[in-house]
Amino acid sequence: MSETAKKNAKAPAPTAWDVVKLARDPGRPTARQYAEGMCDEFLELHGDRLCADDPAILGGLARIGKTRFVLVGHQKGSTTEERIACRFGMASPDGFRKADRLMKLAEKWGLPVVTLVDTAGAYPGLEAEQRGQGEAIGRSLLVMAGLQTPILSIVTGEGGSGGALGIAVADRVLMLEHAIYSVISPEGCASILWRDGAKAPEAAAALRLTARDLVALKVADGIVPEPPGGAGRDPATAVALVRKAVVDNLRALAGEPGGMRLVEKRYRKFQAMGKFDPRKAVRT
Amino acid sequence: MAWFTKKEEAPQELLPDIWHVCSKCNAHVFKDSWENNLKVCPKCGHHDRLSARERIALLVDPGTFREYGQEIVPTDHLGFADAKGPYAAKAAGAVKKLGISEAVVTGSGDVEGVRVVFAVMDFAFLGGSLSSGAGEKIDRAIQHAIDFNRTFVMVSASGGARMHEGILSLMQMAKTCASLQRLQEAGLPYVSILTDPTTGGVSASYALIGDVNVAEPGALIGFAGRRVIETTIKQKLPDDFQTAEYLRDHGFVDAIVERKDLRHYLATLLAYRQK
Repeated sequence: MSETAKKNAKAPAPTAWDVVKLARDPGRPTARQYAEGMCDEFLELHGDRLCADDPAILGGLARIGKTRFVLVGHQKGSTTEERIACRFGMASPDGFRKADRLMKLAEKWGLPVVTLVDTAGAYPGLEAEQRGQGEAIGRSLLVMAGLQTPILSIVTGEGGSGGALGIAVADRVLMLEHAIYSVISPEGCASILWRDGAKAPEAAAALRLTARDLVALKVADGIVPEPPGGAGRDPATAVALVRKAVVDNLRALAGEPGGMRLVEKRYRKFQAMGKFDPRKAVRT
Repeated sequence: MAWFTKKEEAPQELLPDIWHVCSKCNAHVFKDSWENNLKVCPKCGHHDRLSARERIALLVDPGTFREYGQEIVPTDHLGFADAKGPYAAKAAGAVKKLGISEAVVTGSGDVEGVRVVFAVMDFAFLGGSLSSGAGEKIDRAIQHAIDFNRTFVMVSASGGARMHEGILSLMQMAKTCASLQRLQEAGLPYVSILTDPTTGGVSASYALIGDVNVAEPGALIGFAGRRVIETTIKQKLPDDFQTAEYLRDHGFVDAIVERKDLRHYLATLLAYRQK
């Protein structure tokens, strides 16, 4: 064993809060960096065909080798200007409607869908509410549930609540090793249930939001490894690892029955989540 | 005893039980008349919250409601505990106190003679939060609607997904919408009734995607909380922001119907189903 490996073996396992910080590392690759880095071709497509083009949702036609697919992802941005322009990856209703439109295109053209999830949540704003943030996310869930083409979702950083789920009703859900996926941010949970936002580390542990937790809870189907120190330390390697995961998983999904049988299987998969078992229920 | 040494008597409570104080206009109204008025303030028309049982009594013909899934109670999937203690105890307490098994009551019942399947949320049960048990009850109710070829009526009253069940609560948004997708595939109508409040994850799943969305006057309906939005955009929001009327004016609610008219409105709507 090398010196570093010995040292790593002795290091305490990261806490949930450590993982939250890693998942939010601004050095992690963005959806655009994944799209441009892992794809041999990426044709970006804009707009929701209603009123806007939300820069917080990146979408387009993509190709890796001979595999063609529709790519949709939250775009957090790399520079300060870009981060502000795309609201740090927090999508507006226009973004979810753009995603819907691209997914329907995928279904029509017989392409699988790959989504890259990385958002603190859907954007909380005046226009977002006026244009129906709730309706837009709900509609996305309905569209994805019924989409007759395979869907692969990879949580690459933060899987923040409804804003994440809005593009993640998938046949396979993968988590990057240090990604998180949660019903609410640890800060939000702490301020409501502990009445103290500073208790976020406790809330993070209680929420069971790490990749391992998600696999144990059968919400995620697998973990994509990250380079040592996290994707933010070595973005190029992280992009290559995600590329491999996309290729392998799209190949596996292509071998499975499609059409309504695929939709039925997807329904069964989500139906099994949190399935009622009287032996595990609380005693009343 | 001299009057100045006489101990002051505690002021007698003025029979507080006979009054209801409107939480909106502060009017004092006799509790009986307020309750007879379906918990709607006779002065300002404020629609107060109803329990799931009260809602069912309001909408369903007497004696026709058959409840489903009463055995489905909450499950502490995560072993969750917060500052106030374990979730399991909190959930068990809600079941005991309210006499319903989860934050939603489901079943079939007639509305002016037409049988439909209902899922009615109860805000008093942990804020009407969507949990895996609630999601399962809704999923099963929708399956009943499909199996028996009935219209599905959802009555929402919720603060959103239940944090105590973590990611599994979030997944119930996908689970219920996947059920609704099957209902749609089966060509069956879906009527969504939005009551105060319908927010967070419930607004972002089944509540706003009805074939017809009906809301009670003044109901709070929205995705993000007012304070969160004000902090994010650093400006004051209009007073009517996220009310039922605001959503109607922006195209997300079809009609606002007063509580006293709701049953008949629903029956009138159901009569349009020709398939």
